[in-house]
Amino acid sequence: METQAQAQAQFDAVVAAEQRVEPRDWMPDAYRATLVRQIAQHAHSEIIGMQPEGNWLTRAPSLRRKAILLAKAQDEAGHGLYLYAAAETLGVDRAELTEKLIDGRQKYSSIFNYPTLTFADVGVIGWLVDGAAICNQVPLCRCSYGPYARAMVRICKEESFHQRQGYELLMTLMAGTDAQRAMVQDAVDRWWWPSLMMFGPPDGASPNSERSMAWRIKRHSNDELRQRFVDMTVPQAEHLGVVLPDPELAWNAERGSWDFGEPDWSELQQVIKGHGPCNAQRIERRRAAHEDGAWVREAASAYAAKQAAREGSSG
Amino acid sequence: MSGERSSWPLYEVFVRPRRGLNHVHVGSLHASDDTMALLAARDLYTRRNEGVSLWVVRSDAITASSPDEQDPFFAPSGDKVYRHPTFYPIPEDVPHI
Repeated sequence: METQAQAQAQFDAVVAAEQRVEPRDWMPDAYRATLVRQIAQHAHSEIIGMQPEGNWLTRAPSLRRKAILLAKAQDEAGHGLYLYAAAETLGVDRAELTEKLIDGRQKYSSIFNYPTLTFADVGVIGWLVDGAAICNQVPLCRCSYGPYARAMVRICKEESFHQRQGYELLMTLMAGTDAQRAMVQDAVDRWWWPSLMMFGPPDGASPNSERSMAWRIKRHSNDELRQRFVDMTVPQAEHLGVVLPDPELAWNAERGSWDFGEPDWSELQQVIKGHGPCNAQRIERRRAAHEDGAWVREAASAYAAKQAAREGSSG
Repeated sequence: MSGERSSWPLYEVFVRPRRGLNHVHVGSLHASDDTMALLAARDLYTRRNEGVSLWVVRSDAITASSPDEQDPFFAPSGDKVYRHPTFYPIPEDVPHI
């Protein structure tokens, strides 16, 4: 019989050797709990993330834009399902996770609690929000937990389309009228700071980061990823012809990076606590979709039971 | 609310990316029956021409070895180095071997 210490030593060795932990391996309870919380929150974010853009599905200005936006929302549903499947390998049930989301016992990314006021928001979400998500997600492809890492590989491949369609949408608007350019700038002004907050609190105020990095769930600190995102985004903003709403943004030749201002962390705390502009609306919509879809799930179950009974009696 | 969904069995999904390649495991999903599993697998795992053929199989129909790398199940192959071509020293100047 393997002792706890031997199991722990083998787990540590697998992680240290950059191998992957797989579902039926022994793992520390806290590792499992951390993964369940993180993967569930990630899955919920994908599912809730369909709403801000879904708001524009019927009002997209052309059939082309409508088809693109629909494909993006379908991807997000798919990403949510890959992630729920990864969470289930840790011994939780998807229905239970959905209940926890609806009851407010599990979180999703604070970014989706902001409203999409104009069609330019759809472009800015693709460019900035999906751009920030890619920064966060690419290192997760090397996460120590196999099923999560594999889900992230699929997701990252598809996210690239999301970011590019957003940037292309904005380039189209920027080549249009003054009113259209102003609409893009207004959307950038509203989404820039919330996008920076997507990387989480500053390193000094992120208590679980160190342990997640030791377990190789997380590969880079929040501040490192935030800096990487700013450095990637500034030249894209210049090319687009928009101004990022940060007076402190300046090139630092010594560091070879952009200096930037401090996001308003009290705003992030407020949104996380449920006081963002759209928190209640997002959860209410999710609850309604779940309840309105109940008859479809029941019908599928009833059909399957009837077929099984028929096969049983004829065979 | 949880009962009806939990009763849907788990399926493992395998995709053949193109002719000439094996079906490869890509993930899993819950579905009410085999047909629904196939439809959901198509929508979930082949949105971008990832495959030309799909298999779905109920997870509870799979018999698996233990995943543990120390598993004695795989021990019989561990000490048979003579099954590998590199076990046999051949002079450098012997061609095509």
